[in-house]
Amino acid sequence: MDEKITITINGKPYRVDLDQTIMEAADSCGYHIPRLCYHPKLSIEGACRVCIVEVEGMKNYIASCAYPLFEGMKIHTNTKELRQARRDIVELLLDNHPEDCHVCERDGNCELQRLAYAMGIRHRHFAGERKHYHKDLSSTSVIRDPDKCILCGRCVRMCSEIQGVNALGQANRGFNTVIMPAYDMPFAESVCTACGQCINVCPTASFVEKNHTQELFSKLNDNSLVKVAQIAPSVRAAIGEGFNLPPGKNMEGQTVAALRKLGFNYVFDTQFSADLTILEEASEFLERVQEKGKLPMITSCSSAWMKYMEQFYPDLIENISTCKSPMSMGSAIIKTHFADQIKVDPKNIVSVAIMCCTAKKYEAQRPELMVNGMQATDIVVVTRELVWMIKSAGIDFLNITPEEFDSPMGMSSGAGTIFGVTGGVMEAALRTAYELYTGETLVDIELNSIRGFDGIKVGSITMDGKEIRVAVANGLGNAHNLLEIVRKEPDRYHFIEIMGCPGGCIGGGGQPYAAANSIPLDTECLKARAEALYSNDRKKTIRRSHDNPEIQRLYKEFLGRPLSKKSHELLHTHYKPHEPKGIASRKIRAI
Amino acid sequence: MEVVEKDKKQIRQAHCEQELKEFIDSVKDMEHGDSYLIAVLHKAQGLYGYLSREVMDTIAQQMQIPTAHIWGVATFYHYFNLTPPGKYVVSVCLGTACYVKGAPQILDAVRNELKIDLGGVTEDRLFSLQLARCLGACGIAPVVMIGDKIHGEMTPQKVVDVINQYRKADSAHSTGLASSPRATKK
Repeated sequence: MDEKITITINGKPYRVDLDQTIMEAADSCGYHIPRLCYHPKLSIEGACRVCIVEVEGMKNYIASCAYPLFEGMKIHTNTKELRQARRDIVELLLDNHPEDCHVCERDGNCELQRLAYAMGIRHRHFAGERKHYHKDLSSTSVIRDPDKCILCGRCVRMCSEIQGVNALGQANRGFNTVIMPAYDMPFAESVCTACGQCINVCPTASFVEKNHTQELFSKLNDNSLVKVAQIAPSVRAAIGEGFNLPPGKNMEGQTVAALRKLGFNYVFDTQFSADLTILEEASEFLERVQEKGKLPMITSCSSAWMKYMEQFYPDLIENISTCKSPMSMGSAIIKTHFADQIKVDPKNIVSVAIMCCTAKKYEAQRPELMVNGMQATDIVVVTRELVWMIKSAGIDFLNITPEEFDSPMGMSSGAGTIFGVTGGVMEAALRTAYELYTGETLVDIELNSIRGFDGIKVGSITMDGKEIRVAVANGLGNAHNLLEIVRKEPDRYHFIEIMGCPGGCIGGGGQPYAAANSIPLDTECLKARAEALYSNDRKKTIRRSHDNPEIQRLYKEFLGRPLSKKSHELLHTHYKPHEPKGIASRKIRAI
Repeated sequence: MEVVEKDKKQIRQAHCEQELKEFIDSVKDMEHGDSYLIAVLHKAQGLYGYLSREVMDTIAQQMQIPTAHIWGVATFYHYFNLTPPGKYVVSVCLGTACYVKGAPQILDAVRNELKIDLGGVTEDRLFSLQLARCLGACGIAPVVMIGDKIHGEMTPQKVVDVINQYRKADSAHSTGLASSPRATKK
């Protein structure tokens, strides 16, 4: 493992660890070999051949991502012939790719575009046959455009190895290869959970979110409507990246101000609704504990997880909390109590959710979440769409004066803030559950055992002498691994949090694309986004959901108490098994 | 009469399901069980004549292999049929002996007559077309196999005549005027 060897790269000697690929060693020595199909969190595919290098004594150029080192290896990364060969490879990829960069969703954010530039490609030399397929527009959340696909396979590996969903595969062969769901079925009918991680890892615009910005712009221009926005915690922790800020800048006040400038009449905080969720969820948990209800109880905030569970784990439906997600709870209150307060017919309210998540577009359309026959959340736009809208409307986001959320759904506790990070919902729920159960104040409210980015985290808390064992999984592949344990040992945990995306919502499928010098779902980037939320929690004087005065007022004026009849009517939901039945991959990689 | 036919079909269906399941059970727990997928798909195609979505779904559940992966394998290899074959599978032999005796012209004639390409099925679902690599009947080359009957010493004209005999026999059979096409086609 620790064995060191000497290699030379471009004539210079280096001492490096033996147990690496050429690419990893070159990275550690400061040479960034161009690459496309490689991603450090995914298995090695070696498909694109962009990362070829020359090794003295070897007949052919070799793919550096897939080749191990040996003592005395002499590697060249930048010879004239190699540069030419690499450029030819990228030119051949471009040959079967539309020439429509200036009208493409990923213009300026495209890895292929950057690569072509870096290779020095200034002409299109090859003009061969080009593939033509229909776009798959069936999904509520993710659009698949095979014409833009360069067959790097990152989406397929993400979907199987990290998410364990296996909605995608490579079908046909050679020139006719297409990445598609089984049986070439529409995405909407496949096992796709709408998580959007294929979008995050796609180097081109072969996968993009279903765009709702034009629809939203037209609603914002309609003066007969009351426009109400809510913002998910993770949006504020990542939106700055869309304006070239480093990850981890909390842009809450700027986002609120920008939304008002875009034309929203009210800007609310999904963190408020997260506090509301905690009141309901912690109460539901305690009810299950006290009345010997079904345990472990599993959280239900993540929309991709919701769909995954219905297709892959229908046997666990009784374990799932009946609480709606914060977005849907917020929207339900907006379309009922808030509409009454401002004396507006809820039909004339447009409830818009700004989310880090493509699956929320799916969730918004779930018929189970209708309120009084109306869709509670009318439009969902993801962080990337909001970034574009702000730029398109000419709003100077970075220099804008920060503003506060509106009352009565703008105040939130630190517990509501950390919803955006894996483990956050559990931590928030335990902060409240402990006090509701014991009647005492929980002193040490930062639960470090369930923080961090391990795929599965476990912890426990003692309430009045009763040990409550909890587990947290982020990413659906990790969820699968955890749930296999639960199926075998149903008594092992009492309470489980599952988030569909790596890192939780901060790593959602709707977050800004990776910066030019970074990679999708870079751990450092996720850490910085998480820290933006944790530091916000630390700064708040109110850190427990039940201490939020706006929440207390909502219960006093409208809901009565958690799990009341009204709460059940508006804030809780149900699930049912869905076809096609999913089969989890056995190739899931631990992250 | 029809009821008996239906029963027979059901019995055959149940038999195929059973045989496929037994085959999967015999391989799935072996080391690298997943790698028997191709063998399982071959088995299924042998039993059903092609790989239907239902059969692939069954294989997916029994082997616990995601359907997107099975679909990838089934579409990668040309051998696998994803549509039901015609009532009569026409295999044109392109083995060496047949080839030198004019098999390419026979193939062209069949293509033109049936208006389908290799792997295709005629609109009336009567014929499907595939290649064969030597059927062991080199003495009467060039040969064409239709269903399980070998037709030797073919010419482009003769093969069209043979196809027409099948058509005639089939329409006579379906209007109830003659016995089974297999019995009449000699």
